[in-house]
Amino acid sequence: MINFQYLRTTTAKSAIALLLKDKNSKFIAGGTNLIDLMKRGVTAPEKLIDINHVPLKQIELVGDKVIIGALASNTAVAENSLIKEKLPLLAMALNAGASAQLRNVATVGGNMMQRTRCGYFYDIEMPCNKRQPGSGCGAIGGFNRMHAIFGTSDKCIAVHPSDMCVALTALDAVVVLANAKGERKILFKDFHRLAGDTPQLDNNLKADEMIIRLEIPINNLVKNSHYLKVRDRASYAFALVSVAAGLEISNNKITDVRLTMGGVAHKPWRLTASENFLKGKEATVENFEQAAKLAMTDAKSFGENDFKLQMAPNSIIEALTVAKSKA
Amino acid sequence: MQSSDKKPNQGDSRRDFLKKSSLITAIALTPSVALKAAENQADERFAELFEKIPLNLTVNNKAYKTSVEPRITLLDYLREELHLMGTKKGCDHGQCGACTVHVNGERVNSCLSLAVMNEGKKITTIEGLANGEELHPMQAAFIKHDGFQCGYCTPGQVMSAVACVKEGHTNSRAEISEYMSGNICRCGAYPNIVDAIVEVSKGGTKA
Repeated sequence: MINFQYLRTTTAKSAIALLLKDKNSKFIAGGTNLIDLMKRGVTAPEKLIDINHVPLKQIELVGDKVIIGALASNTAVAENSLIKEKLPLLAMALNAGASAQLRNVATVGGNMMQRTRCGYFYDIEMPCNKRQPGSGCGAIGGFNRMHAIFGTSDKCIAVHPSDMCVALTALDAVVVLANAKGERKILFKDFHRLAGDTPQLDNNLKADEMIIRLEIPINNLVKNSHYLKVRDRASYAFALVSVAAGLEISNNKITDVRLTMGGVAHKPWRLTASENFLKGKEATVENFEQAAKLAMTDAKSFGENDFKLQMAPNSIIEALTVAKSKA
Repeated sequence: MQSSDKKPNQGDSRRDFLKKSSLITAIALTPSVALKAAENQADERFAELFEKIPLNLTVNNKAYKTSVEPRITLLDYLREELHLMGTKKGCDHGQCGACTVHVNGERVNSCLSLAVMNEGKKITTIEGLANGEELHPMQAAFIKHDGFQCGYCTPGQVMSAVACVKEGHTNSRAEISEYMSGNICRCGAYPNIVDAIVEVSKGGTKA
C-alpha cells in the first residue's frame, strides 16, 4: 500500500474543511472497501481523514421519520430494535450483506460509497473506464456473469454491490449531505448514478460534501416486506440478483408497493412501472407475473449474464409472493 | 522506475508540505508534541510526526505505547510489531476471516483496519483467550469436536465463534452457519465447528 498522511478529526465541520484543502484526500470510516482498494492500487489517496470520531452514529425516531447517522455501523442498524420494528426490510438487507465481522465496522455512509466489485475495476492491469476513463471496458465481451442488465452504457456494465442501498431506495429514504456552507437533501434513488459517459462517477456526491445522515419515512409495509438475495453460495457473496419488496395490502388490494432490484444495474434499480401496475390490484401471482414482465421491458444481457433475464423476473415474483405470505 | 532526472528531493518536499499543512492538522494528532515542535521550528521533527503516528492501544490486557506508519494494518501490527503470530493472514482482503480479532469486544477483520484507527482500543487476539494453561471453552470445544484439520483458519474461527455466542446468534445450526459465514475453512470442518459452537452456547465445555 502506498503510504499516505493520516489525519483524525472529531467534527463534521473540520472534516469538510480538511477535505477541501486537498483534492487527493479521502474520508475513511470503516475502511472495509477503501483499504482493500488501496492494497490493490485501485486508489491511492495522499491523505486519509479518519471520521470515525465524528458523532454521527444516532439511530432515532423523530416525528414520522427514522434518522440514521452516516457513521452508524451496519450491525448497529441491523440489530436496532427501532429498525427491526419500523423498517424490517432494511434490517433484512443489511444482514444479507457481507459478514458479521465486516458489518461490525462498515458504516451506512461507507456502504453508500462502496465501489463496484467488477473484476476489471479491481485488476489494475485490465482496461476499465471506471478506474481509468477512456481505457475501455473489459467486461463487455469479457467475463460478465455478475454484470448489469438495466441502464447499461457502452462504457461500463458494472453493478453497484450494496444490499443496504437497495432497501433504502425502496424505502424512499432521503440523504442529507453537508458542505462548508450548509446542508442539502437528495432522494436516495437519486444519490447513485447510471454509468452513461462518466462511469468514473458512482454517485452525485460533490467533491466538497460529506454524507451526514439518512431520513427514512415510516410506512405501512412493515408486515409484508421481504429482501430476496440470490447468490452463488448461501451466504457471504455478492448478489447475482436481489429484490427488496414491500406491500401494503388492505381488503385484498395492494394500496402501496415498493420494488427495487440489486445486482442488475450501476445503481439500485427501482421498478416504478411494476409498482404503478400493481397499485390498486389484487395481490395475486398472476399480477405479480405481469409486474415482473413489465420490469424486464428494457433489459439487455451480455453473454455470461444472460441467465439474469430469467432469474430477475423469477426473483421479483418470489420476493412479492414471500412478502405477501408473511402473516 | 524511470530516469534519474526526476530525482526526489525529500527535504524540499517535506518543508513544502509542512508549509502547506495547517497547525490545526497537527494539533488534531498530538497537541503537546506538535506545539512544542512548532515552537522550536523543528521541521524534521514535524516530518517524522507525519511519517509515524503515535499509537496507544491495549492488546490482551497489555498496554502498548508506540508509533506506526499509517498504512500498517492492525493485522500486520499484531504479527510484525508485537510478534503475536496467532492471528493469521489468509487473503488479506476481508474475504476469509483468518485475521479475525476482537476490538472492544466485537469481532473484526484485522486486515481491513489500519492500526492507527484503533487508538485507545482494546484488542483481544487468540493468544489472549486462554487463562494461563486453561483453555477458553471454545478452544476446548474445537479440540473435542475436531473443529479443524490443517488449523490455519482456526484462530479466526475461534475468535469469530466466541463473538457469535456472545452476540446470541446461536439459536439454530442454520443461524450459526449464517453468522459464521465470514470465516472460510478450506478443509471443510464446518459441521464440526458448528458442533463446537452449539456445545459452548449451551454452557459447555471445560477442557
